[in-house]
Amino acid sequence: MATIHVDGNDYEVEDSDNLLHACLSLGLDVPYFCWHPAMGSVGACRQCAVKQYKDADDTRGMLVMSCMAPVKDDAYISIDDEEAKAFRETVIEWLMVNHPHDCPVCEEGGHCHLQDMTVMTGHDRRRYRFRKRTHRNQDLGPFIAHEMNRCITCYRCTRFYQDYAGGEDLGAFGAHDNVYFGRYQDGTLESEFSGNLTEVCPTGVFTDQTHSQQYTRKWDLQFAPSVCHQCATGCNISPGERYGDIRRIENRYHGDVNGYFLCDRGRFGYGYVNRKDRPTRPESHQRVMESRQRLADGRPPVESATLLEVDEALDRAADGLRGAKRIIGIGSPRASLESNHRLRELVGAANFSTGIEAGELARIRRMEALNRETGLATPSLREIEHCDAILVLGEDLIQSAARIGLSVRQAVRGKGAELGAARGIPGWNAEAIKTIAQDAGHPLFLATPDATKLDGIAAHAERAAPDDIARLGFAVAHALDPTAPAVEGLDDTAARLVERIADALLTAKKPLVIAGDSLGSMAILEAAGNVARALKRRQKDDAGLTLVRREANSVGLGLLGGESLDWALENLANGEADGAVILENDLYARLPAARVDSALSRASAVVVVDHQRTPTWERADIGLPAGTFAESDGTLVSLEGRAQRFYQVFDPGYMRPETRIRESWRWLHALHATIERRAVETVLLDDLSEAVSKDAPAFAPLHQDTPAALFRIHGLKLAREPHRYSGRTAMRANIDVNEPRAPIDLDTPFAFSMEGYAGFREPRRDVAFAWAPGWNSPQAWNKFQDEVGGHLRAGDPGVRLFPAPSVAGGYCDEIPEAFTPRDGEWQVIDLPQLFGGDEMSRRAAPIQARMSAPWVALNETDAAALGVDDDDPVAITLDGETFSLPARRRPGLPRGVAGLPSGLLGDVARALTPGAIRWGRLMRDDSAREDRP
Amino acid sequence: MSRILQPASERHAETHPLTWRLHDDESPVLYDEYRATQGYDAVIKALEKFTPESLTDEVKAANLRGRGGAGFSAGMKWSLTMKGEGVPRGYIVCNADEMEPGTFKDRLLMEQQPHLLIEGMILAGYANRARQGYIFLRGEYHLAAASIQCALREARANGWLGPDVGGSGYDFDIALHTGAGRYICGEETALINSLEGKRANPRAKPPFPGQSGAWGLPTVVNNVETLCNVPGIINHGVDWFQGFSGGQSTDGGSKLYGVSGKVKQPGLWELPMGTTGREILERAGGMRDGLTLKSWLPGGGSTGFLLPEHLELALDFDTIGKAGSRMGTGLLTVVADNQSMVSLTRNLEEFFARESCGWCTPCRDGLPWSVKLLRALEAGEGESGDIELLEQMARDLGPGKTFCAHAPGAAMPLASAIHYFRDEFERGITRPRGEAHADPIPVGSV
Repeated sequence: MATIHVDGNDYEVEDSDNLLHACLSLGLDVPYFCWHPAMGSVGACRQCAVKQYKDADDTRGMLVMSCMAPVKDDAYISIDDEEAKAFRETVIEWLMVNHPHDCPVCEEGGHCHLQDMTVMTGHDRRRYRFRKRTHRNQDLGPFIAHEMNRCITCYRCTRFYQDYAGGEDLGAFGAHDNVYFGRYQDGTLESEFSGNLTEVCPTGVFTDQTHSQQYTRKWDLQFAPSVCHQCATGCNISPGERYGDIRRIENRYHGDVNGYFLCDRGRFGYGYVNRKDRPTRPESHQRVMESRQRLADGRPPVESATLLEVDEALDRAADGLRGAKRIIGIGSPRASLESNHRLRELVGAANFSTGIEAGELARIRRMEALNRETGLATPSLREIEHCDAILVLGEDLIQSAARIGLSVRQAVRGKGAELGAARGIPGWNAEAIKTIAQDAGHPLFLATPDATKLDGIAAHAERAAPDDIARLGFAVAHALDPTAPAVEGLDDTAARLVERIADALLTAKKPLVIAGDSLGSMAILEAAGNVARALKRRQKDDAGLTLVRREANSVGLGLLGGESLDWALENLANGEADGAVILENDLYARLPAARVDSALSRASAVVVVDHQRTPTWERADIGLPAGTFAESDGTLVSLEGRAQRFYQVFDPGYMRPETRIRESWRWLHALHATIERRAVETVLLDDLSEAVSKDAPAFAPLHQDTPAALFRIHGLKLAREPHRYSGRTAMRANIDVNEPRAPIDLDTPFAFSMEGYAGFREPRRDVAFAWAPGWNSPQAWNKFQDEVGGHLRAGDPGVRLFPAPSVAGGYCDEIPEAFTPRDGEWQVIDLPQLFGGDEMSRRAAPIQARMSAPWVALNETDAAALGVDDDDPVAITLDGETFSLPARRRPGLPRGVAGLPSGLLGDVARALTPGAIRWGRLMRDDSAREDRP
Repeated sequence: MSRILQPASERHAETHPLTWRLHDDESPVLYDEYRATQGYDAVIKALEKFTPESLTDEVKAANLRGRGGAGFSAGMKWSLTMKGEGVPRGYIVCNADEMEPGTFKDRLLMEQQPHLLIEGMILAGYANRARQGYIFLRGEYHLAAASIQCALREARANGWLGPDVGGSGYDFDIALHTGAGRYICGEETALINSLEGKRANPRAKPPFPGQSGAWGLPTVVNNVETLCNVPGIINHGVDWFQGFSGGQSTDGGSKLYGVSGKVKQPGLWELPMGTTGREILERAGGMRDGLTLKSWLPGGGSTGFLLPEHLELALDFDTIGKAGSRMGTGLLTVVADNQSMVSLTRNLEEFFARESCGWCTPCRDGLPWSVKLLRALEAGEGESGDIELLEQMARDLGPGKTFCAHAPGAAMPLASAIHYFRDEFERGITRPRGEAHADPIPVGSV
């Protein structure tokens, strides 16, 4: 620690920081642009100048850039010094030389760091009277709008895009006052993290194009603290709503999980909330007598849908279910714990299915056991960034859990800070660290079937079939600890690789093993478990084990318990049960259509609660329109075992009074009471959460830190809307001139209003939107943190449910045989896809614009043997179904393995089980070839 | 113009260590002649008699100051370079990106006597335990490039470069890298970035190149003329080097001085450090007929204007610094009485604005603004307050406020021109601030 004297006050600060970091962490306002808490200092913008004095007696002092000045003990500095203030104002005046006066039509306006800093420095008169420099803008694809004239050349975009996120197609061009940030030519940005440009850019050069089409100022949006539902990572988000639609997703800072950055699926995949074809009223679907015949004919099963009122829908659903001899409840890993729990209460634990396919459910359970029993903890994303050797088995992280991939990248880059420290270069001196690091990185070993975007920074990227990936893992475990079972028949190259990996993991202070479910291989999970156990036995107590699950609440469902979807369908198909309540789950996306059809068609009553018009919804007798994450509250458990609450953003009935959308748990609660002919009593979220936490020991810590609905600050609820929120009294005037009372939120401490606490001084963990006086941009998060870039002062949201790791069980010795290609058959695996791999976000138009048409990936030699080139049609026979896809030759893919893009097959092959490994036949599709022009 | 104007008969080994071998016909000195005239003797002597440390001490004791313009002690720079156990061997980089306006001295040395530079680099490489040398050459210097390439081949063929320099077991080689024409590449860290294939933006210091330079390894960057002085120091000793100026300067050694502008005979002369501007101007034959001297730049576009009365000062780093300018490269640019200081300053600032790398705000956005103000003054479109604005800008572009020395260099002629010739600037002001202009102000390419 060091003492610094700032304008006459003494402060204790970290001596490893720079002055800007220290001052901002103290809550002192110093304007800045190029510095970013996650990206360090480069000294380019010259905005953060302060006066530094030699000692207490020095009265002249000299200007220093606080971002580049290390904290020194007993340093005297002044932020208020007149020369420093004048210089900072001049810097803004320079930046404004070419910046257009377009704030009123600029989409950054209202959350613009440049606006904030301009006001902060006091610059308000422009003396520049000459013509401004202009640029041409580029089409950067469906996510990002480009307006280069607004650029103030802080270099943050390229530093994030290239250095932090590893992108290669956005750079700085030109020189002097004609520096241009863009691509070498128009085209979609290739990075999976491009959306962060909208937040790292301090002004309106890179803005959210999905927001543009439905633009609303930040101050006119209604926000709530939410959690991304598009994968299992658990990134925190702030969705913003107006007029009943989600308008944009902003990053919600979480010190342990996502920090400042999201992936593009999470940021731009919200469109399913706004789909016009969503069910908004309860529906009754009449099944006609010949429905089975219609199904056999391939005609849609539903004759007609009738819209119902809430009470009638509940009565009819209850009537149908009461007539059933046994009701099966099918839950969902994309629904909240509360909703799943309500469903289980409704049908009884013996009749509850998780809605997850049996194989995947077994793997989810196994992953949970490994997290508990191998003795290694699951690191948070922040902890991943400090790991110094990483082995990834099977996961293409950028596709399956992109935000984790970004953290792995930072772990590799961490070597630079280590090298810098050895030469006395502080970690925040970003360009100097980059120079000293050159290509050096902490070792990352990847073993995947196909090339990944992390290959470029890997010490080694191994291409192998799932069983061989598992064997590699088993062998590494054995190399670490000879008591772990050995792998027979490894060749010399593989043996050397195994030694190299084991050495790297052993030498590291914080090694990390990552595996997951995207290849659907239990063997890979077991191998990762063995490596973890071996590391633990070698006293690598700081080592970590990260196991990637597929969906937002896969972990929660695993902990909650319940049978597989296969079990549920079987019970329906064999007549053991004849009533079904299906929660937020499209069964057709999980098991072959024929199996789902035969199960549902035998049920006498099918009630579906969902927010999307899925094939399963269409099969419902009664469909109850559920809220999405934006219209409900609930809890998800992320892959690191972090239970996090997401809060309702808006009441869909306020702007659209005709809708009858309710939280799933509210529907299920009401349905339960109606079936039992009880009055439907008010149910509160806190009661549900409490019921969940009492349900199983694993859930005991749930919500111990989450504010109850009665939480108040200064007697106030928390505001969902910024205090400048405009138009409240008029926004519904086209529907009714009588302004209704604002919706009342009984479930949470948040109010659907700008009235309420929105400040930063009183500690709170759940922040709807970041705002502080003078800080309108995402940089306002500084004000909520214990130190800039650190943790929220009140603690980061969520609670970890995994118990402290302990060691139980032993090594797995079921080592698979080495993979051998078969004659005429291919092992067909799923290749995870960031864009399209998630059932919900692929319903959003911007994500669809980034999805490719389906294809089949083949080894080059295999393709040659089949006589196919890129884009030639290949006939695939799999699970008794034959379909045709264009070939994609992949040099790295092992021979005998074919890859299908997860989630992109759509209607091409509806019968497949996602995530499973299976064998199929491939041949050149000559019929399709002849059809081609 | 890159000619030595002293005839060969006047140049001798001990009095003109940089130029004594040069031919009057300007043909390059090739290997055989160079070797026959004490060439590479210094390398032999250094490898036999000096350790890297003692060689560094020798250059430090000689007080050889950087001839690129900054005047930093070369020996000091070498002694601050990380070396020793556990430190990887780094690079010696010759800054041959001679782009300072009005400067053409390194070109002479490289075109006509490339072996002297190579010899200097071998010595610097040995002193700094470098494993490789790079000559970062200004792209337009194609004659120098050919000359250096030829000399590198000759030196390699004769064992002065390669795995076993001069039979000593010391391994060192040199590669030539030609630049793509950016003034900022003369800034040593921007040069290193450019050498690495990156954007030519300067780097933050610390860390200095000696700590973490090219590709993160310890790197010494020295100017051509600086390196060419090293063989003489090794051959003749510290006292000889120190005694060069005969007491007229505390800086040691000889200096390639030159003149450009409206003089009778522009060119180069090798003279003792501390020669006065007056003597150099006289060697150039004085001003052309009918012209008188109004002002002069002592050493390139990034130095401050001086008046005729300053011609009596010794041209060395400290004396000129005290007069409010910088010696810079020591090549004088003279301004005649019929030249407009506003136009001249505008021309210089256009150059600096164009050559800004665009990294830091004051330089990137301040310099083009100053150009537009100067253009307005030049066209008689100035407004009251413009001069004060230019003066403020010159202050705000000063040392410490910008990322590197580019903008402070650009501010020097601007501030000094206004300081000495304010009336010329005032003549460009025709209207009060804020009054509308009848015609739009012409906008150039900056």
